[in-house]
Amino acid sequence: MTTNEKLTGDFGLSLYRGMVTIRAFEERVRSLSAAGQVPGLTHLYSGQEAVAVGVSSALQPDDAITSHHRGHGHCLASGADPVRLMAEILGRTAGYGLGRGGSMHILDPATRNLGTNGIVGGGVPLATGAALTAKTLHASWLAVAFFGDGAMNQGIVFECMNMAALWKLPVLYVCENNHYGEFTRIDDVTAGTLAGRAAVFGIPVAEIDGMDVLAVHAAAQDAVARAREGQGPSLLVCDTWRFSGHHAGDKQSYKDDAEAKNWAAKCPIETLGRRLVANKLADADSLSALRKTIEADIAAVAEQARAMPEPASASLEDHLHG
Amino acid sequence: MAERQVTFKDAVLEALAEEMRADPSVVLIGEDIGAAGGVFLQTKGLFEEFGASRVIDTPISESAIVGMAIGAAMTGLRPVVEIMFGDFITLGMDQLVNQAAKVRYMSAGGFTVPLVLRTAIGVGGNLGPQHSQSLHAWVAHVPGLKVVMPSNAADAKGLMKAAIRDGDPVVFFESRSSYNTKGPVSDGEHVVPIGKAAVTREGRNVSIVAVGAMVGVALQVAERLAGEDISVEVVDVRSLVPLDEGTILKSVKKTSRALVLDAGYAQFGVTGEIAALIAEQAFDWLDAPVMRLAAPNVPIPFSRTLEPLVIPSRDQAAAKVRELMGTR
Ligand SMILES: Cc1ncc(C[n+]2csc(CCOP(=O)(O)OP(=O)(O)O)c2C)c(N)n1
Ligand SMILES: [Mg+2]
Repeated sequence: MTTNEKLTGDFGLSLYRGMVTIRAFEERVRSLSAAGQVPGLTHLYSGQEAVAVGVSSALQPDDAITSHHRGHGHCLASGADPVRLMAEILGRTAGYGLGRGGSMHILDPATRNLGTNGIVGGGVPLATGAALTAKTLHASWLAVAFFGDGAMNQGIVFECMNMAALWKLPVLYVCENNHYGEFTRIDDVTAGTLAGRAAVFGIPVAEIDGMDVLAVHAAAQDAVARAREGQGPSLLVCDTWRFSGHHAGDKQSYKDDAEAKNWAAKCPIETLGRRLVANKLADADSLSALRKTIEADIAAVAEQARAMPEPASASLEDHLHG
Repeated sequence: MAERQVTFKDAVLEALAEEMRADPSVVLIGEDIGAAGGVFLQTKGLFEEFGASRVIDTPISESAIVGMAIGAAMTGLRPVVEIMFGDFITLGMDQLVNQAAKVRYMSAGGFTVPLVLRTAIGVGGNLGPQHSQSLHAWVAHVPGLKVVMPSNAADAKGLMKAAIRDGDPVVFFESRSSYNTKGPVSDGEHVVPIGKAAVTREGRNVSIVAVGAMVGVALQVAERLAGEDISVEVVDVRSLVPLDEGTILKSVKKTSRALVLDAGYAQFGVTGEIAALIAEQAFDWLDAPVMRLAAPNVPIPFSRTLEPLVIPSRDQAAAKVRELMGTR
């Protein structure tokens, strides 16, 4: 669907389902974390669902993605199996990395997911390199790098943008500007603009409302088309907000209450729901029933994952070398 | 099989050309490696044969070059990344340590990183503190990377071919001082397996376990000491990771004395690691404490008088061997 195409019920509902699945998954991880069931730190995607779903819905199955530390949403939107994802987050042997990676290190060749990443900016060179493969092998797929506003102050990102623009690599850079890196406001640590960082390389930039899944999708469609036509990289700067803390358990005392309330009113799921109802593509009751079904499914996913075994000690050195 | 005399540098070049001909997914990525043929002419002719899409000249962006090569390796290419001087691997360190080394482990083998990083190391030519270091211990410290360090032309060719075919990230250290040294290379297919040391000279009294260019020093010392009735065995480590512990231990158990020789720094380095291996696993066979000789712990100085002081010398190595024999 491009900006001018009409929204259909099927497509609208698939976006809705995608975002609700992520929200339900993340809220389940939150409660598991609060109950002490999740090892380590986990970063939740609630509030930012429109970005992962809007972009992924513009991709083909063989397109590659890289994600970041707040990455469960990208995994699910790319088609990850929620049980294996949850199992990895819980450190279980059925997880994508046999429980050795965890939330920040989820890689899945089947969904062409080169990984969530614990290094801020770490996915950007991987996606750019994947795009180099596509170009070198004359493949038709492209690569997408999702990253936060914080990554926009990592030098390697600019090194990559320079080469991507120079060589017209089929890569889409998606910056999720949720206005904070951990507990620090992005404006307090950033000179110039996020968009300007790509513009210096001649990379086209779209600044979009990252709470509007249709706007994200339309911008992604345009960027994807450019990349597939051999015109090189684009940057989407998506204005968004994380509804929860930096990690599950962070109380967010550094955020302004009025601002947070303002953003809460822009919830991407509610926004799309209202639009589907207004366009008579769905009714409020069926949407709420759908939400309940998905939440119940995810609750079952969590129970299934929780019941799975932890890795055996003997697996410690598995898959170190080929 | 027939043999030719080939320089170390040209032996690597042969390996690259042969592997690129055999496998279209092998690409070279680096600075000045294209039409210019590399600052040491170590990629001469490849650009002409394979073109700009497979011999890729990059901007001076080591972090991104290494990082992108990892992404490329995860998705179907077999990149050989060149970092011009070994000192500059520090700029790609995050990519090697936090990405390349962990991809196979974190993805339970779902993704692999068939990447080679080649880089020229070592002292020589008064290039000063930032163009002379031997930092191989840095990468050998990190589980998930393989590390090789050939000492002669034949091994350089054979290990490069093995590294390109390997499914894991391999860091390939080339001593700049060896680049123009000729050695015999057999015609036809020549692959040296990663993870296998070589006994380059047999002896009875002392084992010198040497790495990279230091193997040449060890061989010269062995020759010299033969005249003093000291029989030196030389083990060329060849692969730091995986380390061929068996070959090293077998040699030391035979000779009962060991000197470990490396051009990298002594502190927390390769010599200490190998010495510890010997002490732990061959203690009962030893007739003397394990000794080591490595670069002194200072930045590599520029001056013509100071620079030679940081290269382990034949005299120093011979003195250590005599000390081991109690004949000093
Ligand atoms: C290289 C690096 N530096 C610092 C950190 C610690 N850290 C983890 S997340 C984060 C904030 C990242 O902010 P942003 O990119 O905006 O993503 P967000 O958390 O807002 O989604 C920091 C500093 C890290 N993981 N990696
Ligand atoms: Mg942020």
